[in-house]
Amino acid sequence: MQRVRLRYTKRGRLRFTSHRDFQRAFERALRRAEVPMAYSAGFTPHPKVSYANAAPTGTGSEAEYLEIALVQRRDPEQLRALLDACMPDGLDVVDAVEAHGSDFSDRLEASEWELRLARVEPETARAAAEAFLAAETVEVERRTKKGIRTFDARAAVLALGVSPAPGAPPGRSPGPGAGTVASRQDGADRPGEGGCAILRLVVRHVTPAVRPDDVLSGLRATADLAPPVPAAVTRLAQGPLDEESGAVTDPFAPDRDAVPEPTGTGVSSAGTVPGPTA
Amino acid sequence: MPVESVFPQLEALLPHVQKPIQYVGGELNSTVKDWDAADVRWALMYPDAYEVGLPNQGVMILYEVLNEREGVLAERTYSVWPDLEKLMREHDVPQFTVDAHRPVGAFDVFGVSFATELGYTNLLTALDLSGIPLEAKDRTEDHPIVMAGGHAAFNPEPIADYIDVAVIGDGEQAVLEVSEIIRAWKAEGRPGGRDEVLLRLARTGGVYVPRFYDVEYLPDGRIARVVPNRSGVPWRVSKHTVMDLDEWPYPKQPLVPLAETVHERMSVEIFRGCTRGCRFCQAGMITRPVRERSITGIGDMVDKGLKNTGFEEVGLLSLSSADHSEIGDVAKGLADRYEEDKVGLSLPSTRVDAFNIDLANELTRNGRRSGLTFAPEGGSERIRKVINKMVSEDDLIRTVATAYGNGWRQVKLYFMCGLPTETDEDVLQIGDMAVNVIAKGREVAQSNDIRCTVSIGGFVPKPHTPFQWAPQLSAEETDARLGKLRDKIRGDKKYGRSIGFRYHDGKPGIVEGLLSRGDRRIGAVIREVYERGGRFDGWREYFSYDLWMSSAAEALDGTGVDVDWYTTRERSYEEVLPWDHLDSGLDKDWLWEDWQDALDETEVPDCRWDPCFDCGVCPQMDTEIQIGPTGKKLLPLTVVK
Repeated sequence: MQRVRLRYTKRGRLRFTSHRDFQRAFERALRRAEVPMAYSAGFTPHPKVSYANAAPTGTGSEAEYLEIALVQRRDPEQLRALLDACMPDGLDVVDAVEAHGSDFSDRLEASEWELRLARVEPETARAAAEAFLAAETVEVERRTKKGIRTFDARAAVLALGVSPAPGAPPGRSPGPGAGTVASRQDGADRPGEGGCAILRLVVRHVTPAVRPDDVLSGLRATADLAPPVPAAVTRLAQGPLDEESGAVTDPFAPDRDAVPEPTGTGVSSAGTVPGPTA
Repeated sequence: MPVESVFPQLEALLPHVQKPIQYVGGELNSTVKDWDAADVRWALMYPDAYEVGLPNQGVMILYEVLNEREGVLAERTYSVWPDLEKLMREHDVPQFTVDAHRPVGAFDVFGVSFATELGYTNLLTALDLSGIPLEAKDRTEDHPIVMAGGHAAFNPEPIADYIDVAVIGDGEQAVLEVSEIIRAWKAEGRPGGRDEVLLRLARTGGVYVPRFYDVEYLPDGRIARVVPNRSGVPWRVSKHTVMDLDEWPYPKQPLVPLAETVHERMSVEIFRGCTRGCRFCQAGMITRPVRERSITGIGDMVDKGLKNTGFEEVGLLSLSSADHSEIGDVAKGLADRYEEDKVGLSLPSTRVDAFNIDLANELTRNGRRSGLTFAPEGGSERIRKVINKMVSEDDLIRTVATAYGNGWRQVKLYFMCGLPTETDEDVLQIGDMAVNVIAKGREVAQSNDIRCTVSIGGFVPKPHTPFQWAPQLSAEETDARLGKLRDKIRGDKKYGRSIGFRYHDGKPGIVEGLLSRGDRRIGAVIREVYERGGRFDGWREYFSYDLWMSSAAEALDGTGVDVDWYTTRERSYEEVLPWDHLDSGLDKDWLWEDWQDALDETEVPDCRWDPCFDCGVCPQMDTEIQIGPTGKKLLPLTVVK
């Protein structure tokens, strides 16, 4: 059995896709692409797909991750291109590696987010961000299935600042996962140009999770920042946190760095099955 | 002149509404064509929520047929839920298409498909949100031509004031003909304005333009006559019929939504029309004659559709799927082909006989045998003769015995309440039938773990059927009759707990009945309900019987007719029915004779296997029923590994 990890996006209008919607679309793409999936045992077998830490409905993402299990080996890049072609535009499969190790979800330590605040002056946003960071704790409320829950949104925030100029590529931390973001295509259908502040946010993954929405609630609480238009939120990266630089790094790095030919690592049948179709 | 997308304005509203994904489009196999390169542009609507409207085959077929045509463009729009409607009104966002988010008011044609009359208030909402005047007479050359289609359009009179045209029957060829007429009119510089293009459409004989017909009433409220008021406009408008389904293998690329919808499967229509002759069934009457898709045509559509969608289940659709002349070979061939691929096959709408169990077994070779559904429709032998549902209780018991013997554990039975001539006794026999089913099941399966669910709907008399003259049972009587049956089933100590009982109260049926057999005077009722906030009448949580009744009392005041007059009143042979000038191909005298046969409890066999009974359709269409067998088989597909 081969395991392949994939990075995918939720771009433009398809950021309104819920995680369940994505799952159905992806499983149909697996069928269209005729991927030799491994299936779970049982009365109604399901293809083996594990999803990690999905972004909330309505937020865009450049860095969502999942892992699939195959019964025949495939070249990860060819598989990625095939699946990407089978998914609707906006749900794009952008990176693939063969999996090494089973600690993948542990690697997702932090996320980097972009929050576009239309009709908010960058200076206003900068002052609000500074007030937020200056606070010891920022209590926010979130409606959950069990009612209103109150928790601190401050501690998990590692960085919060205004990106240079609207429209320009956001100021980015280095890291292999960052390079492909340049091709974002959602600028055209954004509401209200004019004054637009772009916040960049780095959040550590903790429990309960602190989401961009919670930080926006915190900005309202600490600095009375109330964007007139809902913020357009996009996850730019998630992965291991470089504690020194504060950068979110590429979670696929350990897979890429692993021994390329995995002889004797549990994929012993590799030699007996046909290789990837050329 | 480019048309701007309203998406930027809409996008700001989406975070505040339920399930925003339903408004963003982007479905696999959806099409966005260049606005300026098209000279005829259609906005197609299914007037219900996206989750119900998206899987609709009619809209999907026409969307693809139109978009394949050079110079023609089609986009889709669905009813928006009240939460978004409110925000759209506050922020001045018009009704939009989900494909390119273009405003519906900018299209040439706004085509609305009515599978049921309960979408009429949603039509008014969509017109208003589009900025299109509600009444056709107030529209100008700048507004789209508002077109109604679908089964409910066979009596479009209740919405005659709000639509410009109605087209009845199969849409595939009709929409292309309409496109050509509009294209030519636009190319000539729109001579004569809106009136002229409507007149050109009317003169084809296949497009109904209500404004070109005057309705005159008798002092007692009945219709005196319906007369064309323009020269060249036909007395009767004929329906459209696609004669060779193999030439129209649509949808070729079924839409695959991101949002969850009511049918998470692909559908292939295996034949159109039905000649079983069930007297309550409007679909069976108005879609005649029977036209089969060939076994190879079906195989191709399933194969290509699965490749294009990735769906896990295929439904083989028709009005009575087991009646396809080669259904056995179709089922076996498909089951063979997809045995390894975890593709589920389903066969909705099947009749009660043992042959169906073989089919069902074939289609569930690997899967779980949970439930089978049959529709005896009537509880007593007598009432089944009235409705011409030719199945005896012995047939049914034999069939369920086979089913239970083959490992099926649950049987669901569909019935109707309120059928013509029905008495309490006819309905109470539904309970006896369920008991006999359970008893037989326990005997055959040697187990008490056997269930039978009885599901009952209220009968609504429909236009173009032998029951179009029949009185509808009042809501109170329906509820009383169903209450007696419920008490009988609940009171059965030995079997009652194995019988599930599901039914709806009689009130929605009365509103459906009012709209089904209504005339132009009902338009005012629909508008009154809409203006008082009526929306989504097909949804229990939105439907309000009291709103409909109080609106009807208000709107019909002074007309001398009321809700009872439209619903529970029996019509006579001489009465001019509101839809008589819409020609479904059926001979009205034949329908009347069949109505008399119903009252005499006389059955009429299926003309596929018995002689013709002169319903009138085939000679008028200059055709015959089109069935196989072709003698062909489905070959295994080459497996690419």
